[in-house]
Amino acid sequence: MAYPVELCGVSTRFGQTWVHRRIDLAVAAGEVVALVGGSGTGKTTLLRQMVGLLQPAEGEVRLFGEPLFGGSRADQLARRRRFGMLFQQGALFSALNVFANVAFPLREFGIRDEDMLRDLVLLKLAMVELGPEVALRMPAELSGGMVKRVALARALALEPELLLLDEPTAGLDPDRSAGFVRLIRGLHQALGLTVILVTHDLDTLAALATRVAVLSEGRILAFGSLEEIMRVQDPFIERFFHSERSQAALARGRGLG
Amino acid sequence: MVSGGRPLPTLHVEGGGAAARVLLAGDWTLRFLGPRLDALQGRLQAVGGEAGWDLSGVSRLDSFGAMLLWRHWGRRRPDGLVLPAELEGVFGRLAELGDTRVEARAPYRLFDGTAQVGRMVFGFGRHLLQFVALVGQLCLDLVYLLRYRGHWPLLEISANFYKVGVQAMPVTALVGFLIGVVLSYLSALQLQLFGADVFIVNILGFGIIRELGPVLVAVLVAGRSGSAMTAQIGVMRVTEEIDALTTMGISRYVRLVLPKVVALTLAMPLVTLWGSSMALFGGMVSANLQLGLSFDFFLNALPRAVPAVNLLIGLSKGAVFGLLIALVACHFGLRVRPNTESLSANTTASVVSSITVVILVDAVFAIATRSIGLPR
Repeated sequence: MAYPVELCGVSTRFGQTWVHRRIDLAVAAGEVVALVGGSGTGKTTLLRQMVGLLQPAEGEVRLFGEPLFGGSRADQLARRRRFGMLFQQGALFSALNVFANVAFPLREFGIRDEDMLRDLVLLKLAMVELGPEVALRMPAELSGGMVKRVALARALALEPELLLLDEPTAGLDPDRSAGFVRLIRGLHQALGLTVILVTHDLDTLAALATRVAVLSEGRILAFGSLEEIMRVQDPFIERFFHSERSQAALARGRGLG
Repeated sequence: MVSGGRPLPTLHVEGGGAAARVLLAGDWTLRFLGPRLDALQGRLQAVGGEAGWDLSGVSRLDSFGAMLLWRHWGRRRPDGLVLPAELEGVFGRLAELGDTRVEARAPYRLFDGTAQVGRMVFGFGRHLLQFVALVGQLCLDLVYLLRYRGHWPLLEISANFYKVGVQAMPVTALVGFLIGVVLSYLSALQLQLFGADVFIVNILGFGIIRELGPVLVAVLVAGRSGSAMTAQIGVMRVTEEIDALTTMGISRYVRLVLPKVVALTLAMPLVTLWGSSMALFGGMVSANLQLGLSFDFFLNALPRAVPAVNLLIGLSKGAVFGLLIALVACHFGLRVRPNTESLSANTTASVVSSITVVILVDAVFAIATRSIGLPR
């Protein structure tokens, strides 16, 4: 079966500086891949290239075995509907209430039956552990954790096969962050999603990721399970994974797992 | 049937009556159900109520497909359902969801319209109150700034002055010039009928310097700078920048509102002078072409026809309009709540209100100065 996400020799340039040089990465179906790296190594940039928000300077992004920008407009739209993205700040439409936010992609897909729509939206909200009482609230009236949950519900609205998460636990307190991690893992198991996440949070990483890709100096330094990564001899990995704080965070994360 | 390597959803009915069995197969997912939803729903409806269901051929089922079946079954598992173990989870979630309902909005009642009018009146009152509070706060800040001279936000005033004054010059020149040309051309057509050509100077002089110049420039500036001010303060509220200023002990009124108000009050007379001159120039060009009045004659006749006090009235109008536009813009900017809808609503309200206020105040000016500078 084709890889849900495949990067073939992707290079990125901002002005004169090369952020990535010829990155190759293939994510198999059903994996949870965490992209980690220091600040400014272009993790979020890589994620944005996977969904077509940015075009790489060189190389190609393939989703589900087809080039991301290949095919007719209808083909591209169909391809885009097979993945969902959770943005760092949620990116909820602030003029629409929670219900309308989650219903938006479904309406765009062409579901007109209001009863069906209501059932689906409430199901999605229930999947992210929100009750119908929040449905009529506006995004401005939600807490940070709830915004992320609603955004996740919206990302899941079209039953994606691939879910991309940009810093899913940033800005959440440890308790909520643990709850959100449990939620994503539950959804991953229940729906058989492929998940790609960018994170700084080692707790989240240890609890969720089946594979880890370490970005450093514009390339993928290592790609493998957490145990394999921990065995790699490299100054960056040393600093990132082997400090006392990191060890404590990883242990906490494994405790969640 | 296969699409992109995945089997398409199918539905077969075997037998009939109470012994009927419905066999489902393929991917019952939104991706494949969506395009053939109507046809499949029609076939679902045609299935009898007592039929047995067999889902063992289903290769993939997402919550959309499950919801479709669940709703058809009347939100319960039908008797004699054959369900593979891996699909249990999906229906488990649906069963947990129970009977779903969003609290409905209250329907429209008889007196809702009246209540709406009442709310609008109170809303208008609140606007007035907040506006007065804004002006009051600015006066207090002015008193404070008179005592502590070093705290004047001179840099901000200068930057705002450049934005609302200097950068507004090209557009005011263009619009002023064209209005001058049009006004002069239309007046000249009428004046020629009476042989009163020379009065074009009076008409253009009074009309532009005293009335048209200030109002025209005010409308342009309200659309250009007023909306920008509202949007800027509004976005700063959305991104909590204003709260950040407050926590640093910096007054939003001194640092954000005052520079805009002062800059626009100072810049508007100058922009008005510039716009009026351009309009007169346009009129002069047009009069020269249409009536053959020389520039020399026009410029000599102008001071005799229009007393200098009219220029003073025009410029003071400009200053007052500038003050009001900036105040209204800041008032609406500070009311923006953190969502896109509120931002757009307040920016619109800001421009509409400031133009309305400008025209109202212009009428007041016209009455108050009716005995000054006009020929008897």
